Amino acid sequence: MSRIEKGVSFIGQSVPRPQTARLLAGRGVFTDDVKLPRMLHVAFVRSPHARARIVSIDAARARAVSGVVAVVTGQEMTPFCSGWIGTLAHFQGMKSAMQRPLAVGKASWQGEPVAAVVAESRAVAEDGVSHVRVTWEPLPVVTDPETALDPSTPVIHPELGDNLAFRLELASGDAERAFRDADLVISETFTMGRHTGVTLEARAILADFDPSERRLTVYHSFQAPNMMQDILARHLNLPEHDVRVICKDVGGSFGIKVHIYPDEMATCALSVMLGRPVKFTADRLESFVSDIHAREHRVKAELALTRDGTMLAMRVDDLTGIGPYSVYPRTSAVEGNQTVRLMPGVYRFRDYAASLRVVFQNKTPMCQYRAVGHPIAFAVMEAMVDRAARELGLDPVAFRRKNYVTAEMYPHTSQTGYFFERLSHEAALDKLLEISDYRTLCAERDALRPRGVYRGLGLCAFIELTTPGPAFYGVGGARISSQDGCTIKLEPTGKLTCMTGVTEQGQGTDTMIAQVVASTVGVRMEDVRVLTGDTMVSPYGGGTWASRGAGIGGEAALQTGKAMRGSILRVAAAMLQCEPDDLDIRLGKIVDALTGEVRLELAELGRVAYFRPDTLPKDFQSELTVTRHYVPRHQGFAFTNGIQLSHVEVDVETGFVRLLKHWCVEDCGRIINPRLVDEQIRGAIVQGIGAALYEHLVYDGAGQLLTGTMMDYLVPMAAEMPDIVVGHVETPTAYAEGGFKGAGEAGTAGAPGAVLNAVNDALAPLGARVTDQPITPEVVLRALGKL
Amino acid sequence: MDPTVSISLTVNGVAVSRRVEPRQSLVDFLRYELELTGSHVGCEHGVCGACTVRVDGAIVRGCLMLVVQCDGARVETIEGVAGTGEIFDLQQAFAQENALQCGFCTAGMLLTAQDLLMRRPGATVSEIREALSGNYCRCTGYHAIVEAVRKTAEGRGRA
Repeated sequence: MSRIEKGVSFIGQSVPRPQTARLLAGRGVFTDDVKLPRMLHVAFVRSPHARARIVSIDAARARAVSGVVAVVTGQEMTPFCSGWIGTLAHFQGMKSAMQRPLAVGKASWQGEPVAAVVAESRAVAEDGVSHVRVTWEPLPVVTDPETALDPSTPVIHPELGDNLAFRLELASGDAERAFRDADLVISETFTMGRHTGVTLEARAILADFDPSERRLTVYHSFQAPNMMQDILARHLNLPEHDVRVICKDVGGSFGIKVHIYPDEMATCALSVMLGRPVKFTADRLESFVSDIHAREHRVKAELALTRDGTMLAMRVDDLTGIGPYSVYPRTSAVEGNQTVRLMPGVYRFRDYAASLRVVFQNKTPMCQYRAVGHPIAFAVMEAMVDRAARELGLDPVAFRRKNYVTAEMYPHTSQTGYFFERLSHEAALDKLLEISDYRTLCAERDALRPRGVYRGLGLCAFIELTTPGPAFYGVGGARISSQDGCTIKLEPTGKLTCMTGVTEQGQGTDTMIAQVVASTVGVRMEDVRVLTGDTMVSPYGGGTWASRGAGIGGEAALQTGKAMRGSILRVAAAMLQCEPDDLDIRLGKIVDALTGEVRLELAELGRVAYFRPDTLPKDFQSELTVTRHYVPRHQGFAFTNGIQLSHVEVDVETGFVRLLKHWCVEDCGRIINPRLVDEQIRGAIVQGIGAALYEHLVYDGAGQLLTGTMMDYLVPMAAEMPDIVVGHVETPTAYAEGGFKGAGEAGTAGAPGAVLNAVNDALAPLGARVTDQPITPEVVLRALGKL
Repeated sequence: MDPTVSISLTVNGVAVSRRVEPRQSLVDFLRYELELTGSHVGCEHGVCGACTVRVDGAIVRGCLMLVVQCDGARVETIEGVAGTGEIFDLQQAFAQENALQCGFCTAGMLLTAQDLLMRRPGATVSEIREALSGNYCRCTGYHAIVEAVRKTAEGRGRA
């Protein structure tokens, strides 16, 4: 810690990201940019039906297309790639069916891959796909989660007995009694529509199996290369150390590129089968039906209060549909689980009861997408809070203050068992009110209403689960690392090469790691080069997801940097015949610790250590490559908190919501790079705004996706997005030396709730209220009784 | 029967002659034939703007134009435009503002922004937002991109 606070530190500085230079020059290397000798391309035959029996597949005409090399069905692939079941042991009673890279016997969602066509180009592979004749027997479908468990509803996988994937009942205190004693009970039902990540670079994978060595090298647009390495090894029956996964530039991830996809597994199996490199790059239309979807929750919530505005208790019933399979290996139960566990955590009331049902349906599989569960939890919680304040005639700010878990209550354990070391709800709220000039905005809103201008202000307080330890996946049996390593090597030139287990998809992971390493070792930023995303090179680690990069990767880098500094100083002391403690490293030079006088250049130290060790004492061995690891051991997660404010104007004639401005104050502990954190927050907020207002995967009753193009699925664009002001409170965690926590998902966690509350604030004088997201013009006009 | 068509064009100032399939899009030609992988394919139906390139000085969607339509044309991609130094200030502003995260939309964003700055040197923030609204960015939330373009416009106004 002293290294961070004392002397020259890059921690806390908005250092620009060095790797942007090549991305700005068109010299990035994304997976589809990689080209190998004898490379083939695969395209998939996908089910046009939401549920159907595959009667037969006739590939003869496809095989006859010039340039088609192979057509492979699910049955033909089965001996080469074993199936998987997406359950975790710590989700008690959870079940799911065996899933395979290509469907065998039946298809269970529109878009499920059922056959692969491999050809000399992607265009020819697609020609081949159009010539594969599948005879289907369509079956009755399950789409509506509300009726998925009815006895009259068909069971998607008969071997499971019913369509229930997971059920959870949570109870803390005595909610029933609190509801009986309450002065006021409010209840409401919320829906949040299905949406997805729409990474601008679609999923892509290039598998290169060398049959002579039986080694598989995979270039993958992915977040967790070691997880993929493990899974490929086990399901393709290869020794793990013969599988190498390389993640080059990744064009957006957001949790989409951290799951096992059948088409990607099939691509790797095809490379093994054919002994040639095979590339799969999803096109946008197949992305919409094959990338994981998220949300689709229906939440019934009830809140019990006293007349003076004290929250007493809450009851919640969450129902979510996850498609026909729980996604491997993280499972599709996590979002519902987090929704009901996170929901009450901002507030101090103790009586809480929640019921969760996670059901199968014939839609694209659903799994973890940025801010997993949080946007649902806090949209529901904060909408209930605003409504309670309104019904009691209380100010929404004062109402929150009255019910917050307050500063003196930490450390604090939530109603659902989450441990909060120290959160800063009150300080964050104070800062938000200040930077937004909230009271002035309220006055302006009130002044405009008589003129028929309906503006609204919506607050959304939230907590964010970051920096997860092994309790997240490891204890459930998933081989997903919660620890990460960092290796630093001193080059003979005195520069540092650093390899880390966390990965880069644009967040600035490598810059953040370089800042920590430069600061702890004592060199300049330009002296550190960071390498990520290669399982043969990087220390074993989990990659980047669940806002773990800074909290885990950053701390591992810090510990490695300290060790490296010690190693360098031992060499320097041997060269200068003094004690290591007499010396320090500052901006890449060995200096006298007391006077700061330069004693030695690092390049000279490198020269002697590598090329003239004969000049050092005979019993001295320099160690100028060091590795350290870090895993959070003292708490399950490093929770963070924050609050957002949305300012909107609703056109009550058209139902359109115009975003005027958005603010967020969040607390991710010690900030390594303020600009990068702010940009994570802003980007995440816009994804949350997309969920709140625009993005919707709409299905019809037959399980057909109706919004499967970018013309129908609305991604936020520059013109309608507001300016976003970001502020911070810094409460470092004391459980890790760096004090770093995560920041990647906070924006998405709170934005939908803030927008929902702002729209309802605008509609309040008209007696209208919306509870469905996305809040389309149709939703607003229905609420106003105009449709 | 040979289904290919012979075309000649200049790409980033270099004369190129090829036989191409009539169905090949301009961006696929640039990426797969010429290995100019700086232009990206984001949607292939003309919405996201990641494939934006310049043809005879005007920005176009490389996924909506067939390469046979470019016979005789002057095509410029991010590799070319970055190489001439034409957008050096804009690139610097993007780096400074962190107006890119994953970098997948960046080439299209830069070419679209440059097109705006040439047409409307004193573009306002709302004009910038409007001009960029055909280029999707999923990472930044646009705020930093708009700032980078605004500051570039300001800088050019002073120059």
